[in-house]
Amino acid sequence: MLSIETFVVVSVIKIVIALFVLLTAVAYTVWLERKVVGHIQNRWGPTRVGPFGLLQPLADGIKFIFKEDLTPPHVYKPLYIAAPMIALICALTSIAVIPIGNWVTIGGVHTPLQITDLNIGLLIILGITSLGVYGVALAGWSSNSKYSLLGGLRASAQMVSYEVSLGLSLIGVLIVAGSFSLRDIVDGQGGHFWGFIPKWNIFYGGQFVAFFIYLISAYAETNRVPFDLPEAESELVAGYHTEYSAMKFAMFFMAEYANMITVACVASLLFLGGWHGPVFGPPILQAILPVFWFVLRVFGFLFVYIWVRGTLPRFRYDQLMAFGWKFLLPLAIANLVITALVVAWRA
Amino acid sequence: MPVLKNIAAIAKGMSITFMEMFQPTIVENYPDGPGPLKGAKFQARFRGTHVLQRDENGLEKCVACFLCAANCPSNCIYIEAAENTAEQRVSGAERYAKIYNIDYNRCIFCGYCVEACPTDAITHGHGFEVATFNVSGLIYRKEQMLAPMPAHMGANAVFNQDEIGAGAPAVAVQGS
Repeated sequence: MLSIETFVVVSVIKIVIALFVLLTAVAYTVWLERKVVGHIQNRWGPTRVGPFGLLQPLADGIKFIFKEDLTPPHVYKPLYIAAPMIALICALTSIAVIPIGNWVTIGGVHTPLQITDLNIGLLIILGITSLGVYGVALAGWSSNSKYSLLGGLRASAQMVSYEVSLGLSLIGVLIVAGSFSLRDIVDGQGGHFWGFIPKWNIFYGGQFVAFFIYLISAYAETNRVPFDLPEAESELVAGYHTEYSAMKFAMFFMAEYANMITVACVASLLFLGGWHGPVFGPPILQAILPVFWFVLRVFGFLFVYIWVRGTLPRFRYDQLMAFGWKFLLPLAIANLVITALVVAWRA
Repeated sequence: MPVLKNIAAIAKGMSITFMEMFQPTIVENYPDGPGPLKGAKFQARFRGTHVLQRDENGLEKCVACFLCAANCPSNCIYIEAAENTAEQRVSGAERYAKIYNIDYNRCIFCGYCVEACPTDAITHGHGFEVATFNVSGLIYRKEQMLAPMPAHMGANAVFNQDEIGAGAPAVAVQGS
């Protein structure tokens, strides 16, 4: 057990590092997206700022800070200002319970590689990301513009609809793991079966279908292509953030990408075995390698995100709703029932 | 099974975009490219900044007929005409353009001036790096647009050999 002073110092250090890493990851996910989508379309993507355009996120950030922060006269100001903050806070908070590796001992302090290890970590993530809908819905409403309102309306309807199948797809994993703690869920996926196949939930737990339900619902939850109807620029200008500029817009932008990273982390933890992978070498390497394997999975998931964005066109709104309620939801329930039956039969 | 067909269709699309990622880009790397054009590529018919042509004797083709200025929809061509004299012959006809300005603030590169020109004096070149920080720099004078002398001009020039021997600067003899 740590003393209270050590605990506070260690926590603050972990929070600062996690926030810094998350925000940097957000910035470079934008860079990665522009680069990958560019190459899909036989373009270069950013090349002008720094080698391979690597300083582009920095330039974007500086540009956002120095842009004029315009507040249209017809908005409802308190909520208009609060909405992007809600969106960003909810996006950033959920990183607190995500573990990125094993316990490590640094300078005599034994601590998990995660800000806080809650036994209901997954519930916290689901709850906080659901609160993020408020940011979008309030932004749409308080802007007092028809595009924003339609965008906010679509976003909230879509996020509420797909949250159902998202949650149901995760319950299968929870049944297999028997725990809400993300650390326990990952620990349950260690080892191999049949000699070489890793015991990830997507293979061993039989959550293959659930993984794809989660994948699709997560795209809809984060308002990404092909479910980017809330900000469908060809119909709604920019959807719920039409009236936002400068850092307020940047906050929505960062919230979207932070949500993407959270979703990628959850997918890696729940379905792809978290930080499990070959670990070897000296102790320092053994401490770093699990983090590397985890980051690799998250990176792969983000790449698929961007790849899908570069490929698929947008759904029509009725298709979106029909797909969510008539296809994904029954499939998720079927997966849940079958998983429950299999687990009960095994026991 | 329509579901499997849809999944196959999506997988096909995804594979196409994935393979496309490894294709060479078709972007012209304009300011970073090789050569004097810095990577820019032109069609022969590209309508860039104008070039005022000379005839085979090195005289200007423009005879100051004002047809280009009359045709210009954006009214960006300004000409002042002057008479050729025996001492100072600039164009092959009676008159020549003493001042020929094109205001690239206004020019829309429509090419009507080129079509109108009866002597093919004004043509479109391939110049396109016209941007400047000072708009007055966008008014191009005749000297900026004139084509260089034909390559053979001056090849048989007769110089003032005797005077050069006496230390005078080299000057081509008039009419050579």
